[in-house]
Amino acid sequence: MAKGTQSSGKALAKYMLIRLVLVIPTVWILVTIVFFFLRVTGDPITAALGGRLPPDQLEARKQAAGYNDPIIVQYGRFLDQLLHGNFGITMDQQSVSHILLQYGPATAELVFWSLIVAFLVGIPLGRLAARHYNQVQDVSIRTFAIIFYAAPVFFVGLLLKLIFSVWLGWLPSSGRASPMVEAELQNVPVNTHIYIINAFETGNMSDVVDVLEHAILPALALGLLTAGVFIRLVRINLLQTLRTDFVTAARARGVSEGKVVSQHAFRNALIPVVTVMGMQIAMMLGGAILTETTFEWQGLGYWLSHYLSNRDFVAVQGIVTALAIIIALASFLIDLINALVDPRVRY
Amino acid sequence: MSGIDLVPPFTGEAAARGRAEIPVDEPRTDALPPGDALPPTPPGAGPTPASGRPRRGFPGVALIRSTHGLQRTMLLIGLVIVALFILLAIFAPAIAPYSFSTMFSPDLPLSATHPFGTTVGGYDVFSRVIFGARTALEVIVLAVILSLIIGVPLGVISGFIGRWIDRVLVLIMDALYAFPSLLLAIVVWIAVSKNRSGAEIGIISAAVSITVVFIPQYFRVTRNATIQAKVEPYVDAARVAGAASGRIMFRHILPNVSQTIPVLMTLNASEAILTLAGLGFLGFGIEPSSAAEWGYDLNKAQPDLANGIWWTSVFPGLAIVLIVIGVTLIGESLNDVLNPLLRTRGGATTADEAEIASLIQADDHTAEPAAAATGAPPGVGQPPSPGKEAQP
Repeated sequence: MAKGTQSSGKALAKYMLIRLVLVIPTVWILVTIVFFFLRVTGDPITAALGGRLPPDQLEARKQAAGYNDPIIVQYGRFLDQLLHGNFGITMDQQSVSHILLQYGPATAELVFWSLIVAFLVGIPLGRLAARHYNQVQDVSIRTFAIIFYAAPVFFVGLLLKLIFSVWLGWLPSSGRASPMVEAELQNVPVNTHIYIINAFETGNMSDVVDVLEHAILPALALGLLTAGVFIRLVRINLLQTLRTDFVTAARARGVSEGKVVSQHAFRNALIPVVTVMGMQIAMMLGGAILTETTFEWQGLGYWLSHYLSNRDFVAVQGIVTALAIIIALASFLIDLINALVDPRVRY
Repeated sequence: MSGIDLVPPFTGEAAARGRAEIPVDEPRTDALPPGDALPPTPPGAGPTPASGRPRRGFPGVALIRSTHGLQRTMLLIGLVIVALFILLAIFAPAIAPYSFSTMFSPDLPLSATHPFGTTVGGYDVFSRVIFGARTALEVIVLAVILSLIIGVPLGVISGFIGRWIDRVLVLIMDALYAFPSLLLAIVVWIAVSKNRSGAEIGIISAAVSITVVFIPQYFRVTRNATIQAKVEPYVDAARVAGAASGRIMFRHILPNVSQTIPVLMTLNASEAILTLAGLGFLGFGIEPSSAAEWGYDLNKAQPDLANGIWWTSVFPGLAIVLIVIGVTLIGESLNDVLNPLLRTRGGATTADEAEIASLIQADDHTAEPAAAATGAPPGVGQPPSPGKEAQP
């Protein structure tokens, strides 16, 4: 017994180590690709300010920022800065690290709310579809899933804005909080940049409501997209589980179908959903860029698209690099959790 | 079978024997070189006269025949939508009442002269929606061709040669695959477009961006299939006969690993439309005066919403939703039809059930019923040549 545990512990440690070592080349490859692709267009200063500054000033700034050095030297400097946690300075003289710390939490908050929507919508619907396999419920739920896969997240966002904020006037159409509330939220003793936590800090319930009201539409837009994926996953895994021996055994013992689904099959069917969460995070961050732009939700995606339209490629490079690191680490963590939860994952 | 003369019989037969998941009584000679499987030709979506000899070569018909019930409905809806989309794209100048860049008074509501109203810039929304189909089609076709040309050979080489080339390529492709596709597309767009604008640059930049996103997928599929195929007897035979590696890879292995590619192509086409729209929405679009692009129009329509002007965003958006649904439906149906073992008879079968079937297949004790379920019925016995069928 003890021996078995020990060897499985060793296997786990080995698996974790291999997985961790693989994070490094992944991030390095992405960072390298981003660096060189963005540099193909020329140096960031000309890209952002070309035509707006006299040539001699432009040249002076290029020289000062080191953009006249050979590209390989610049690349080395970039990697060196990155290792020291320096993601560069934007054209409007802000540190990208500062932007990441200030607006990263906003994106995290949006992803969190969306995940709640995705779980609340996706899992029950997927379960219902599997339970009523090939019946009306199944067909309509699957149609729903296809439609939400097919609808671009920004179009769903625009429609939600149109219906609930322009036509019905129930919910705010953009931003993370009303201006008055936002000012209050920025002045709490411990500014987490996560507004819902800040709102609780103020102790003012109307602030909490305001923050929640602003979150509903963006969370729905991004959450429904993800829910489409969840429906598919839960449905297919539950259907598969419902065909296994232990479920047949339960049915043979006379357990009702409802109980078979809820007590025997359902939990087992959820394990693979956790497994694909790692990939979902990349998808959700991509979706968050569009959602944040649609709802002027000031997170990393919003600022990324802001800096893109200003052609500030230092900022773009910094934010994209940070996102690459976040994604690689997140998928590492999720694999780790999987390995801990499900012994079959280790190899 | 129309495909038979394109494939050396030796390779085709060997492939049929070699691929475990294909029933032996169905010699599948559908392995066409990818060049034959490109999508631009519209399918004869309507039922081509089925009287007389049912020529299996007719695109669509055999595919539709091999489906049942709900799946057939889904496939038909998909085919109709995609056929309509392709027709709109080709005949856009004839169908649209105005050019995409004709100016009218801004913000006109829906009327007989402007069925979908006009935009803030004074463009006719209806005409722009129709011309948007053209832009989308151009980008998709270009992107799919480029990803095939680059991704598939890379996959074959990587899988066949192995060693460090394989490791390095897999690492790079996995890294690209893990990255959010939109971010990758943005970065590539910036590099390709280099601050230039114009319709051609816009379309090429979009296509190349989408290509880079998709290469890892074609690479993966081809590489894994190549690794399976390279231990087959026909590869050994070719090697013994003195064939060079290049010849083995591209004359013998490539035709046999390209079976899954049509499915991947349709599934990718829908993602390509969404990526294009996403790029456009973020402002990486084509100037409204040089072409119409749905995502970019949605971007421009954003401020209108607050003023209650809904038609500038709803119609281009619906166009995207509709075409993606159409392509997705075809992709899922194609997936089932091209993977006959995953198909169960008489019921609605989609990619989902296909996956279940394959999972069940993995367990020995349950393999029996799944295999029995696919016992080739008369209509299905001769699977359509996907090289032709893959044309959505």
